[in-house]
Amino acid sequence: MREFERTKIVLLVTIALVALLAFVCNRSPEFLQSRIYDILLGIGISIILAEGLNLVNGYTGQFSLGHAGFMAVGAFLGSAMSLGIAFPYLDGPTWAGAGWTVIFKVLQQGFAWLVNAFFWLHNGIIALSSGAPGWAKFLIALIYGGATAALSGLLVGVPSLRLKGDYLAIVTLGFNEIIRVIIQNAEPLGAQRGLTGVPSNTNFFWVFAFAALTIYVVHNLVHSTYGRGFLSVRDDEIAAESMGINTTKYKVLAFVVGAAFAGVAGTLFAHQKQYINPESFNFIRSVDIVVMVILGGMGNTVGVCIAAVLLTILPEILRDVAKLEWLPIWLREVAENRMIIYSLILIILMLARPQGLFGGWGKKKGAA
Amino acid sequence: MDSSTIEFIQQLINGLSLGATYALIALGYTMVFGVLRFINFAHGDILMLGSFAGFYCGPWLTAFTRKLAGNPDPARDLTGIQEWVGPWESLLGLALVLVVVMSACAVFGMLVEFLCYRPLRNRPRITVLITAIGVSLFIESMGQFLFGAAPRFFPELISDRSIDFSAHGEQWAGLTLLRSQVLTILVTGVLLIALTLLVKRTKIGMAMRALAFNPTACALMGVNVSLIVSFTFGLGSALGGAAGILSSIERPSIDPLMGVLFGLKAFVAAVLGGIGNLAGAVLGGLLIGVIEIMVVAYGPATYRDAVAFAVLIVILLLRPSGLLGRNVREKV
Amino acid sequence: MSLLSLDNVTVQFGGLKAVSEVSFSIAAGELVGLIGPNGAGKTTVFNLITGVYAPTVGKIAFDGKAVAGKRPYLITARGIARTFQNIRLFPSMTVFDNVRCACNMHLKHGISHALWRGAKVAAEEARIEAEVMELLGIFDLADDRDANCKSLPYGAQRRLEIVRALATKPRLLLLDEPAAGMNPTEKMELMKLIRFVQEKFALAVLLVEHDMKVVMGICERIAVLDYGQKIAEGTPAEIRANPKVIAAYLGKEVSPEPIGGT
Repeated sequence: MREFERTKIVLLVTIALVALLAFVCNRSPEFLQSRIYDILLGIGISIILAEGLNLVNGYTGQFSLGHAGFMAVGAFLGSAMSLGIAFPYLDGPTWAGAGWTVIFKVLQQGFAWLVNAFFWLHNGIIALSSGAPGWAKFLIALIYGGATAALSGLLVGVPSLRLKGDYLAIVTLGFNEIIRVIIQNAEPLGAQRGLTGVPSNTNFFWVFAFAALTIYVVHNLVHSTYGRGFLSVRDDEIAAESMGINTTKYKVLAFVVGAAFAGVAGTLFAHQKQYINPESFNFIRSVDIVVMVILGGMGNTVGVCIAAVLLTILPEILRDVAKLEWLPIWLREVAENRMIIYSLILIILMLARPQGLFGGWGKKKGAA
Repeated sequence: MDSSTIEFIQQLINGLSLGATYALIALGYTMVFGVLRFINFAHGDILMLGSFAGFYCGPWLTAFTRKLAGNPDPARDLTGIQEWVGPWESLLGLALVLVVVMSACAVFGMLVEFLCYRPLRNRPRITVLITAIGVSLFIESMGQFLFGAAPRFFPELISDRSIDFSAHGEQWAGLTLLRSQVLTILVTGVLLIALTLLVKRTKIGMAMRALAFNPTACALMGVNVSLIVSFTFGLGSALGGAAGILSSIERPSIDPLMGVLFGLKAFVAAVLGGIGNLAGAVLGGLLIGVIEIMVVAYGPATYRDAVAFAVLIVILLLRPSGLLGRNVREKV
Repeated sequence: MSLLSLDNVTVQFGGLKAVSEVSFSIAAGELVGLIGPNGAGKTTVFNLITGVYAPTVGKIAFDGKAVAGKRPYLITARGIARTFQNIRLFPSMTVFDNVRCACNMHLKHGISHALWRGAKVAAEEARIEAEVMELLGIFDLADDRDANCKSLPYGAQRRLEIVRALATKPRLLLLDEPAAGMNPTEKMELMKLIRFVQEKFALAVLLVEHDMKVVMGICERIAVLDYGQKIAEGTPAEIRANPKVIAAYLGKEVSPEPIGGT
């Protein structure tokens, strides 16, 4: 039982350490401007994304290909919160001369009410937080980004988690595209132009505090009764149901928690880059995150963490390689197109070592 | 007929010709799924390869057939069936391009199967799925690397004149039909019939159906499973290549990522029709094409690419086995 | 009143009637055997009772409440647990965790507790551990608690499945060929064990088994299925004498013909 208490202490110590490091970073303005600092933040965001997806793809065995969609929700709604973008309420249908189309109009009215209820909440939070200090506003944006992504995860998860394997993968990919297209059509969120001028609030502390929190939550969930639920769903759904396990509940729970962290990561990402475009949350970004989880070994927290670090640094190294003038031109072009290398990693890994680079590592006997 | 009816018919035709392309790709998905129970993610990219193969060999082959025909004037007035499908020498050229591209794509598909999927035959499905995603990304990024990311213009293989309907009566004024649309629908129909005959009437088709039913028993009965799987991949990829040529004649801007959306929408079509079912794939393809065009014409056009996914989600929730598919239960 | 009753239950897969108009009931604490030739529909009956399939026609009631068509986990929560003909343990888990998993539905702590890992979680985990270890002890698996379940010998895996089912605290236990692949001595031991837990936990047991010696030896009552239909029901002695049952197992008597012909 002592192990039980330990994780809490580890989390607190890590966050204190992160705060200390953040303080040290802040003493050096050059470092804050450097590329290394930028990459460090990217690593933290990748860890949040990959560990969240690991809960879904790895531990629960539900292959989702739409993680970037939830990241997009967090990025855009979190930024809207920071920028104070309120949504104009939708109008209901015109009832005059409805005739038989009244059925559609009722649906339309219901939809408008639902959406307006959300808008009301959104606008209300903006109004309430308008006077808050910068850090509190950012914290609200982060939590809001995570919460809305979790909500979208719930909306996506409930219908699609009835499907398995290839179907689930494609439906989640579909939802990713749908979320992207909706944002592209949302005028308050900048439509196809995206959002600019997002405040630069993301720093070392926030990124790594949330990365630590993500690992803490995933680790504790997996090493609890809930974890046994997740694993049983992955291992054998029918047997799990027959042992009284509500498989839908566990699948949706994993999905929602994963989506929430993707939302937080999205908000952090937006406040790091200060500019977001719906195009950057496409299927390719989802694949990026999936590759991290697979490379690290699905359902291996430590491995996925290492993979997230490696795969965030890799494109930066490739970018440098592409600049080396003494290399043959074709090699430099390959280096510039990181997807060639990512896809080769995927194929070779599946052929040679499907359990991932670090699969089988860090798994204690009798854990879980 | 009033103009809105004409407009509707026009959109219907556009939808059907787009849908015919989806149908061709969906056939490939369905066949591979029927035999191997896995979704070949890279299938859409075969279409892109087909397009680029046509891009490179098309002008050369059409020039060859025109020379064979004594370089007739391409702008001459055509009558009879040629008015609908184009001058016969360019038809011959198109047929030649189709044969070359389809064979090239078939070889490529078999190669992919041999290198990437065959070693994984008895591995968990998720491993195969991830590999397929990898293969798809690899083809796309290699496409960008080899052909460049910028869109290219597909050569005009047939003089794609629109057919004037007002000559057939006043009421048809405003309706235009492209030769490429007629050709797409015709070629799809011919290929579908040929495919159905192949699957239903030939020995190899029988082996394919047996394999879909029970792979173990099939191997025990002396069927060379690897050969049949290879053949199925080749056949599916050939159809994908044909789809690449036909779609590019109508929409001549081609780029290395064109296969992604085509592939995904065709997959939706295969699921809609009932995956594993040939007629279902065609029905699904035509439906998706028509729905997409109708949404663009009458609905929120900016949601064009989301429509197929919305259809997919609805169909999987209401009738996961698809319109013509049969329900399969998991054995406990 | 009967604990479980099937009333006129039929299930159809496409054109095939896998189970057709089957009715029978089990009283609390009773040990009933379900036998029949291969493909008679025994496992399908199990799948119907546990909610894996929903009957096309007919009613299934457990403890007086209809359960037909309910999700399996809800039926398990009512008090029906099962094992599988082709063992379905959770392959990535240890022996101990396989059983612990089945205790999940009796846990009271919520997700906040799981994240905080306070005293409540610790207490519940300790309680579960004790329960699981007791069950593992009964089935002689306590020493293997940290072994991966797939590394166990076949017979032990079957016993583990029974332990896992018992951990859901059922009132009715469905055992699908629990002794398959065991030698006669092991079989007899297992049957004694089943009798033991049946009495200890006051269970009703429905048992599918092919070995007639075993079935006749421990069952109080036996139902016989053939081609999806119930062809007989009664005490072991009645079943043994029933001509229909003999016909189903041995084939209809045919007039003797010279072997090899002319």
